[in-house]
Amino acid sequence: MSEQDTDTAMTTQQFNIDTVDHAASTPEIDQPWAELGLKANEYARIREILGRRPTAAELAMYSVMWSEHCSYKSSKVHLRQFGEKVTDEMKKDLMVGIGENAGVTDLGDGWAVTFKIESHNHPSYVEPYQGAATGIGGIVRDIISMGARPVAVMDPLRFGDIDHPDTKRVLPGVVSGIGGYGNSLGLPNIGGEVVFDEVYQQNPLVNALAVGVLRHEDLRTANASGVGNKVVLFGARTGGDGIGGASVLASESFDDTKPSKRPAVQVGDPFAEKVLIECCLELFGKNLVEGIQDLGAAGISCATSELASNGEGGMHIELTNVLLRDPTLTPGEILMSESQERMMAVVTPENAEAFEAVMATWGVEYSWLGEVTGDGRLVIEWDGETIVDVDPRTVAHEGPVYERPYHRPSWQDTLQAARFAESAAAAELPGDAESLGQALVDLMTSPNMADVSWITDQYDRFVGGNTALSQPDDAGVIRVDEETGLGVALATDCNSRYAYLDPYAGAQLALAEAYRNVATSGAVPVAVSDCLNFGSPEDPEIMWQFAEAVRGLADACMELGIPVTGGNVSLYNQTAGRAIHPTPVVGVLGTFDDVSRRTPSGFQRWADGQAIYLLGTTREELDGSEFARLRGHLGGRPPKVNLTAEKTLGEILINASRDGMIDAAHDLSEGGLAAAISEMALRFGVGARIALDELCERDGLTPAAALFSESQARALVALPRSEELRFTDMTTARGFPALRLGVVDAESGGLEVTGPFDGESFGIGLDDLKQAWSQVIPSRFDAVQNATEAVRTEQ
Amino acid sequence: MTSAIPLIGDFRAETPRQLDGARIGVVTFPGTLDDRDAARAVRLAGGTAVPLWHADTSLHGVDAVILPGGFSYGDYLRAGAIARFAPVMETIIAEAQATSTSSSPLPVLGICNGFQILTEAHLLPGSMVKNDHLKFLCTDQVLRVENTTTAWTSQFTEDELIAVPMKNQDGQYVVSAAELEQIEAEGRVVFRYVGANPNGSRNGIAGVTNAAGNVVGLMPHPEHAVEPGYGPDDATGMRNGTDGLTIFTSVVSSLAKGTA
Repeated sequence: MSEQDTDTAMTTQQFNIDTVDHAASTPEIDQPWAELGLKANEYARIREILGRRPTAAELAMYSVMWSEHCSYKSSKVHLRQFGEKVTDEMKKDLMVGIGENAGVTDLGDGWAVTFKIESHNHPSYVEPYQGAATGIGGIVRDIISMGARPVAVMDPLRFGDIDHPDTKRVLPGVVSGIGGYGNSLGLPNIGGEVVFDEVYQQNPLVNALAVGVLRHEDLRTANASGVGNKVVLFGARTGGDGIGGASVLASESFDDTKPSKRPAVQVGDPFAEKVLIECCLELFGKNLVEGIQDLGAAGISCATSELASNGEGGMHIELTNVLLRDPTLTPGEILMSESQERMMAVVTPENAEAFEAVMATWGVEYSWLGEVTGDGRLVIEWDGETIVDVDPRTVAHEGPVYERPYHRPSWQDTLQAARFAESAAAAELPGDAESLGQALVDLMTSPNMADVSWITDQYDRFVGGNTALSQPDDAGVIRVDEETGLGVALATDCNSRYAYLDPYAGAQLALAEAYRNVATSGAVPVAVSDCLNFGSPEDPEIMWQFAEAVRGLADACMELGIPVTGGNVSLYNQTAGRAIHPTPVVGVLGTFDDVSRRTPSGFQRWADGQAIYLLGTTREELDGSEFARLRGHLGGRPPKVNLTAEKTLGEILINASRDGMIDAAHDLSEGGLAAAISEMALRFGVGARIALDELCERDGLTPAAALFSESQARALVALPRSEELRFTDMTTARGFPALRLGVVDAESGGLEVTGPFDGESFGIGLDDLKQAWSQVIPSRFDAVQNATEAVRTEQ
Repeated sequence: MTSAIPLIGDFRAETPRQLDGARIGVVTFPGTLDDRDAARAVRLAGGTAVPLWHADTSLHGVDAVILPGGFSYGDYLRAGAIARFAPVMETIIAEAQATSTSSSPLPVLGICNGFQILTEAHLLPGSMVKNDHLKFLCTDQVLRVENTTTAWTSQFTEDELIAVPMKNQDGQYVVSAAELEQIEAEGRVVFRYVGANPNGSRNGIAGVTNAAGNVVGLMPHPEHAVEPGYGPDDATGMRNGTDGLTIFTSVVSSLAKGTA
């Protein structure tokens, strides 16, 4: 026996195993349920279910699986609406709905697509690099679990004030973590968001979206069926990292008085994940697994209980078979560990040898843990002694459900009454050429409108050779079938200032913007995934924000006719009693018959002289706008939601793309018309001339409102003059407002805006604007990131 | 074993018509990322892409080899340091250095991580260290083709400017002063960055060749600039750049003519 073997043998003796028999005979023993994050009533419920006290291992399992993060105990009663508010028409292309690792939508031609968005907020605050990296790793494994090849990722990110020291600590680590992990997987990063707002100080939001594609016949789900089939754990070894990540870290607020939570953050190994992707795809291709589940939050506890309870029978596991990185781990720790890059599968005995051959090809470690049984119990043994004997459904699906009390905050009415138009700032609206021009420059050089390429250039957007659009265009577009050009588009959006003013409308506006972005690229929106980031559900006012946002989103999905196929809830995003703004990030998936017709978001050089049209109606809607933010104001009501108009606008943009009428399109959102026209010009450095006179007259607007209002259901398009008649015929037929605003001017090198204001026109040189716009983020973070990277390199 | 590599057929694309004789191996190490892209580039150039597996010493009779980009074996030690010892590399190193009259040396192209592997294998001079700005950088990059005599660049014109994507963290080319002087004097700089030096590489070098001209390595990614709509931006429009394709047509054509 080698020295190491002796150590291992000794360590298995180090702790007294708390067996089921022992638990039954020692009901009086005090158990650390509170330290594991359970409430008194929950612990009592576990004893009731089992008819005895839980063993230490069972307590560990229940504590992680009943955590807010894994059980959705506070959100479940509200999330039901996503399953209820759907029509048969909405479900027609849905192959797998909510509840599995990720929803699956039929794409046609035998192809299907799966996508999901998740949060990794708390870990990314504690350890930005690993937190963000493993966020990518986790969501990618969800996609693999469906039998799909992951094809792209996206990252909606929210940080505190750009100049706050905390942002300087968190942002560079998060960005290099996403790059370091995602780039090593060979997945293009095709978009996302970057938002700075002081409400995210000490509570950054790091959400991650992954999308994968599969042939219909490759679809897999997480269930353990077939008595006698073998259960195998493969991938990385199990270590002591991430213990209690879901229960203790993601399900509580941060508080200065508690110890550092660093050990609860997982550590990622992207190489292991890349190999795991290829290895799983080979398993699927050879049809060697009956069911598969990734190991994420709650690790083996989650994988065994979910596989067993989704299957027809039970499962019997020998836990000492788990390959360990650290031989001193207790059974409870092994069950709770959130070590990354692990998968669990169910394999028939006949396929075991072929399975092992695939593992050998890719050099992946595996261990056979046990088998599927028919007794409906999840039994886990440690060296032959039973340490877990539970009904798996009570662990995975029948956890506590709370009808948390909620009520409209007392301050909501006051907030909504504080309209921008009646504020002090509104008295000094820019009204002449010079001040309007300056206001536009100030807007575009503010942190939230600035060029984010310093961040996105740290991500690989080319790998795979199928990226047809990526940041900074409205949506990321990926080709799925190289022969036909069949593909998908994705966009994520949320304006949390709107959601703060009105959570119901705010969630709908997030959906409307993502829907609009997808349609702007030319794709047909078909499915939704959401990442609902909120404060503590134990605060009735926060719970009201959550309930309103879910109700709003479910209603709007019904109206737009696209179903929610999956998502994630992240609660307790608050520090020292201060919660983030409600942030329901919405991802919309669209489909393309041929991605080669995708519409870029900017004017190209050869488009000189093309006509620029503004679609939609502009109202004076400055409450919650970027324009108001720059003037220190947040109050009033968000822009009006008009989903009928969004749908019509979407149809126009999709048809215009399909019929080849337009060469550029960009939606109007934060920063309104001023931001949209600037971004279209900055995209390829090609200028334009626009006139506001007709718009101001038609919609009854001041020039400032015309430029900076954030009215919804609007977009700018550029089209050749030969297409103008056909295009306006289409908008007229649909009764949708379309106004010829100006022309693309490739020679001018600038933006020229004329209108009914003193001075008549202002011009902005694109070179100067680009210089200022592109320096906002690097000027803050270059030095910091260099210092961080230098330290990492030294290590 | 090679049939297990999801390199070709993964997306069920039909293999287009091929020129006779141009069978080009694309090596997959664990952690290789751009193997599908390299195989696609070979197909679009009219050749046949043959998957080669890191653990297999056989080159399956290919006429040329591409070492694609990625992070071989995770590159946790030093980029390319472990891959250089892979079984497939033993054969590649031997055939790339073949001097007998019966077999001409094997054309080998190393892209990004492949370039790093070729320097680790001492088939090419120099080495790569972290970019001077210390960040991963993904960008459209303009290069000047300064040597059109290699198997991989014969169809370019001298000093032609090409746009191809570049994406790496360890892309700063370093080389001893003596070797730098030698490769410059011998005209072995194949590609040079145009405009601001993007990563601090010595003399703005983006790619080099060996003395025989059969082995070429470069940090930017020509295989990402082979298909309109999916490449870098160029004068004709967004993502329309296909300048990288010439690298692959060069070798296919050289092989067809028997000049490689």
